[in-house]
Order: sequence, then structure tokens, then C-alpha cells
Amino acid sequence: MAQAAETRKRGRTKEKSVDTGVVLKAYRSMLLIRRFEEKAGQLYGMGLIGGFCHLYIGQEAVVVGIQLALTDGDEVITSYRDHGHMLATGMEARGVMAELTGRSGGYSRGKGGSMHMFSKEQKFFGGHGIVGAQVSIGTGLAFSNWYRGSDRVSVTYFGEGASNQGQVFESFNLAALMKLPVVYVIENNKYGMGTSVERASASQDLSKNGAPWGIPGQQVDGMDVLAVKAAADEAVAHCRAGKGPYLLEVKTYRYRGHSMSDPAKYRTREEVQMMRTQNDCIENARRKLEALDVDEKAIKAIDDEVKRIIQDAADFAQSSPEPDAAELYTDVLLEG
Amino acid sequence: MATQILMPALSPTMTEGKLAKWLKGVGDEVKAGDVIAEIETDKATMEVEAVDEGKLARILIDEGTEGVAVNTPIAVLTVNGEDAGSAEPPPKAETPAEPKVAAQATDPAAVADQAAKGQRKEALEPAPAPEKDWGPTKPATVREALRDAMALEMRRDEDVFLLGEEVAQYQGAYKISQGLLEEFGPRRIIDTPITEHGFAGLATGAALNGLRPIVEFMTFNFAMQAMDQIINSAAKTLYMSGGQMGCPIVFRGPNGAASRVAAQHSQCYASWYAHVPGLKVVAPWSSADAKGLLRAAIRDPNPVVFLENEILYGQTFECPVDEDFILPIGRAKIERTGSHVTIVAFSIMVGVAMKAAEKLAEQGIEAEVINLRSLRPLDTATIVESVKKTSRLVTVEEGWPFAGIGAEVSMQIVEHAFDWLDAPPVRVHGVDVPLPYAANLEKLALPQPEWVVDAVKKIV
Repeated sequence: MAQAAETRKRGRTKEKSVDTGVVLKAYRSMLLIRRFEEKAGQLYGMGLIGGFCHLYIGQEAVVVGIQLALTDGDEVITSYRDHGHMLATGMEARGVMAELTGRSGGYSRGKGGSMHMFSKEQKFFGGHGIVGAQVSIGTGLAFSNWYRGSDRVSVTYFGEGASNQGQVFESFNLAALMKLPVVYVIENNKYGMGTSVERASASQDLSKNGAPWGIPGQQVDGMDVLAVKAAADEAVAHCRAGKGPYLLEVKTYRYRGHSMSDPAKYRTREEVQMMRTQNDCIENARRKLEALDVDEKAIKAIDDEVKRIIQDAADFAQSSPEPDAAELYTDVLLEG
Repeated sequence: MATQILMPALSPTMTEGKLAKWLKGVGDEVKAGDVIAEIETDKATMEVEAVDEGKLARILIDEGTEGVAVNTPIAVLTVNGEDAGSAEPPPKAETPAEPKVAAQATDPAAVADQAAKGQRKEALEPAPAPEKDWGPTKPATVREALRDAMALEMRRDEDVFLLGEEVAQYQGAYKISQGLLEEFGPRRIIDTPITEHGFAGLATGAALNGLRPIVEFMTFNFAMQAMDQIINSAAKTLYMSGGQMGCPIVFRGPNGAASRVAAQHSQCYASWYAHVPGLKVVAPWSSADAKGLLRAAIRDPNPVVFLENEILYGQTFECPVDEDFILPIGRAKIERTGSHVTIVAFSIMVGVAMKAAEKLAEQGIEAEVINLRSLRPLDTATIVESVKKTSRLVTVEEGWPFAGIGAEVSMQIVEHAFDWLDAPPVRVHGVDVPLPYAANLEKLALPQPEWVVDAVKKIV
């Protein structure tokens, strides 16, 4: 707590300059994810991306806000709605997009696809297609930090749908029992596929899900990237201080369907439009930048840069060759 | 630059749809993410969202049009300030309407060619060199051998640790971890709550992050709770990550029937795990097997399922005393040589096969007994070489016959030594029922040496 308080104090003294830099960084990161996902949706529409493709549009402030609270070496793991997390951890857009198109230039050389991508270098541990499985694995990442006596923190993301899985509660118990440095982030986008959280969870305040094990939690406005960062700062400081796990329930919203093939009949278009027009995380950040008197040219420069990165990623994802047929048999086992 | 908006595919299987409704009209400003049209397929109605900003310059497909093929241009978008008129004639699509990948994937010749190039070499590797002579031995129980293997590897590598139910303070439910807590402390010998799914996932995460966990399941019956983590996470991540993320982990514990514990506690999982690419599966019989193979499993960079047997824990065998003693995974051992029939067994059934071989010898039949030791990879070469000598195969396993290890071994012989067989292979196996509790029924359900003798005599 002392550490968090001090961080807040430091933040206040140089508030304007610090905030501007952070907001610019957040804006760029969120926009990159938004544009990436829009492009992925387009490539999917053209038949260049196959299978399941779960877009993160609307939820960008969650991963970007959390990432702002992390330092190099902290581990990140999430579910199958993972493109945003990869970009936020610093993985390159071209490698992610090329994995979506199933090409050799992809992070998994075309063998994982949208739901299964990893980067050892960026400490991104996937990309998991089994709902909830990443929660106990993420607890294990925290265990390895505990075992090695390092101050690294594992950030383990899952949806409000996954929050009902048995192994999530098993993980809460283990993490609390062993005081493991794991920040559990429930990205509550209100719908587990087509089932609303009201129809799936007996309790609506998911930030209390760790309470039986004494895991502190808080609800966060996931459309405000700075609010997410502030909550994450607190959670990460708690973990780094050796106080055990922390739970954040981040209230967010996905604009698109559960996956590309979701007709979204479980919610009205008005609901989606209202979320988009009144409380979009990127628009919120843009307004904040304007309020901070950031030059419009600087914002435009970010927009242009992001556009170039995404176009380059899309080009690369189409020009990178398919994996060689011999790749079928590689990476099953390591030589021992 | 003007861009074409194409009819999108909104599911993996969609090829065409109806352009049900335009929600934007010609001249409307469009922002990325705006819903511009609705399309209908036989399954659902879906929305088309704009990817680029601009002005809707032309609508190329009227609303209400049925059967619009995916990737057909449906509208033209011009960027702000550009004259809508400049979009005529229809501009070049931003990306080719015929995606390259689709063309490649659907060309049967190209697919066949790729498949041929990727075809794995099916030729058998030569049978392995004879096992190294490890010198002097002394008697040890399987229990001691397993404990010693873990202790030796933990002294050797700080990243190795043991976790599971009752492994620390209780000294192991079957006393396999006796003394380890005293030597290595609670950081490396970790008692877990009864939470197989959770701790198997936790250990898998630790392994993905570079540690070397040994997960003890009190029995493999309980590992079914953790099956998803073992298979979907531990076994597949290396492949799904394009080779980036290995998972050096050992899942070990007693497998198969114990004694009078009935159906839920008596099941052989050998064929379940052996089915899975990305796993290695080991099933030791003797103390030497247990010690040498467990050391190899702990050092292996891949997930290894290590199937022990509760009844064997207390049995004593000669075991090499050499500090460096280790056995390679993937190599079978010929426990007894013979020329009339090859008997293939693993785990506790090796003992059954050895007893049967003694009885057969009394009747003038010399059986060669192969202890598989590893089930995946399977040492097919050693079995094939033996069958080429004996021309007869009997497999013995405690598990059920259907899709079992015996079925797989028999098929390997059919593929690689069919012409040498003088009789069809015979399987000896546990009876195809959940294991009963009653002493007499239990005995009737599990393979006995006499069953093996009878099976051999059918074909010799």
C-alpha cells in the first residue's frame, strides 16, 4: 500500500506531463489493436483467415491499461480472444496477422492460428482455446516466479464466462494458499458467447469471486484506460510486495460478435450502438488528449503510423508463404 | 484512393448470401466500424462493418439481391475530399478478390504434392544396440528406486520439484516421497490440496516457464480430472507455438488395478495417453526400470506420463548402484530370450509374462519376453526383430482390449512383419468390464499367467 500511495503521490506532482505521455501511449496502443482487428475482420471476410476468429474491438482499454502497469519480464496469458494482448505485449502486428492467415511468417509458423499464439521473448504465454485453462496455467507462471524468488508478476486474463469454471476457483485457492504473485483480470464483456452474465453467474459482482480465499478485488471501468491503469498499478504493487493474488473485474464491452460467425441475436443493435457512441475507450482517450491540448497533428501522426503498420501487416500476412509441408511433422517433441 | 467493399464471408463455411439491406446510402460518410449493410445466409442475419473511412460513392449490389458470392464487390468507398465521380470506372480492389490462399488450398494437385513432400519416412529404425552394462547391482524395491531417482535428479537440477497430494508431510500416500521433504524442504516438495485440475494446470504453467515439475497423482484415476491440462496444454503447446514453448514435466503415479478397490480406482490408462502426439508414455516394471526411466523422464524436455503400479511398489529387484545409471526412453528390454513365441508386456504384466514363460519352458516352449518399458515412442524395431525370429506374437496388458496397447502392437507387427507370422497375434488382457470388487470376480477379470500360457498354446 505504501508503494501504491507513493506512486500516486509522484503521479500528482508531475500530473500533466506524465498523463499526456501515458495517454498518448495508450491511445496509440488501443488504436493499433482496433485497426488490427478491423483489418482481421476484413481479411476474414475475404476468406484469408479461417476457423474461429474472436475480435477484441471495444475491449482495447483493458489490456492496454493493464500493460501500462507492467514491466519487462512480467508474464501475460489469456484466452482465445488474444490478438489485442499480443499487440499490447509488444508482439509485432505482422507476425500476428500472418499467423491468422496461416502463413510461415506467423508467430507459430502457421500451426496455431488465431487462438494459439505465443511469444517466449515477450513473455506472452498464449492464446488458449479451452475456456478457463489459462487460469491455472497463469497461476503456474506466478508459481515459477515465487519458486525463483523473482518479483515478476503473472497477469492472467479470462472472461466473465470462464469465471464459472471449476479450475478458476481451484486456482484462486492455490494462489491464495501459496501467496502467488498473480493478477487475475476478469474481462467482463457481459456476454459469454450468447449468454449474458446475468444468466450465467449467480453473483453479479465478480470482483468478489476471490473473497472466500481472501483475494482482494475491485471493479474497474474498462472504457477508461487510465482507470484501468490505476487499478492495475495497485494490483501489481500488491503482488510484487509478496501479498499474494489480486483480482480485477474490468467492465468492458465487445462490439463484435463472440466470433466472426455470431449473428448476435442476444442483444439489440441499439445496445451495441449506445456503447460505441457514448463510451468508446479510444474516443474517450482522444477527448482526453484534446483536453490536454495535444496538438491535433500529433494525434494524426499516430493515426497515420498505425495505418501504415496495419497495412504492412496485412500485406505481409498475404505474401508470407504457407508453411512447408515438412512443417506438419516438426515441433511435436523436442529432441531429448 | 477509392476502395471496393467486398461481400464478406462471415463464417468458415459461407460461400454466398443475400444482401438484405443497405444501412448507408450513396453520399453518406462512413467511419471505420460503422454498420453499412445487413446480409443474410441460411443460418443468420449479420452486419457488414466498414473497415475504412470515406464516402459511400456507389452501391454495386442492390438490397434484396440473393446469392451474392463472397468477395463480390458490393460498393465503392472514396476517401474524404475525393470526387465520387473518380470512382468510375470501378477502381481496382484494395486486395485481390481471389485470395491466393484459397486458390492454393483448393487445388487438389498442389495439396497432393504437398502431402507427398511432407510424407514421413515409414521405414523402421534398426533395432537398438544392446543395453549398456551398468555393473554391480543391489536389491531395491520399486518404491526406493522411484524415490532415489527423484532425489538424484533434484540434487542435480534446482529447477526440479515435486508436487501433489500428501507428497511432503505425509511422506507420500504410497510413501514414494519418503524423506524428500527433509532433504529438499517445503519449497521443492509441495503438498497440494485435492485439486488435480488446478495443480496439473499450475505445474504445466511452471513448466512452460522453464521449471521441471514432477506431478504426483495419488493414482492415475484422479488424473482424469486433469486430463485437459495434460493433453490440451502440456502435450500440444510446443506444436501450437511453432516450437517456441516446450513443457518439461513428468506426470507420475500408480496406474491400473491395485487390490480390491473396484472400478473407479482400477483402470489402466496406457492406451489413453499413448494415443496422444506430444506426450511420451513410460511404464516401468522392475526397480531398474523405475529408477532409470524416471531419471530420463525428469531430464526429458517433453511432457512424460509415467505409469507406475501400486502392487509393484513393494517388490524387490536388482538395481544398478552406479550413480549415473539412467535408461533411454523409447527402448524395450528383452527380459528372457526364446525362439518359439514373442510375448510383449509392460508394467506389472511383465511379471505375469515371466511366470508364464517359466511354465511354458517346463512344457518345452521357449518364450521371448519383451518388457516394453516405453509405450510412446514404442520400440517397434525390437518387437519386429523378435517376431521375425519366433513368428508368433502374444500381447499381455491389464487394460481393456478395445483400442488397447495390444491392438497397437499387433497392428505394428501386421504392418512390419506380416510375412513372418505363422499364426494370428493373440491378445491377453483385462476382461472388458469395469473392475468388480468381489475377490473372486476381480481375479477373474485380471490376466493371470495361465491365461498367457493358454494363449501361447493356441498358436504354438
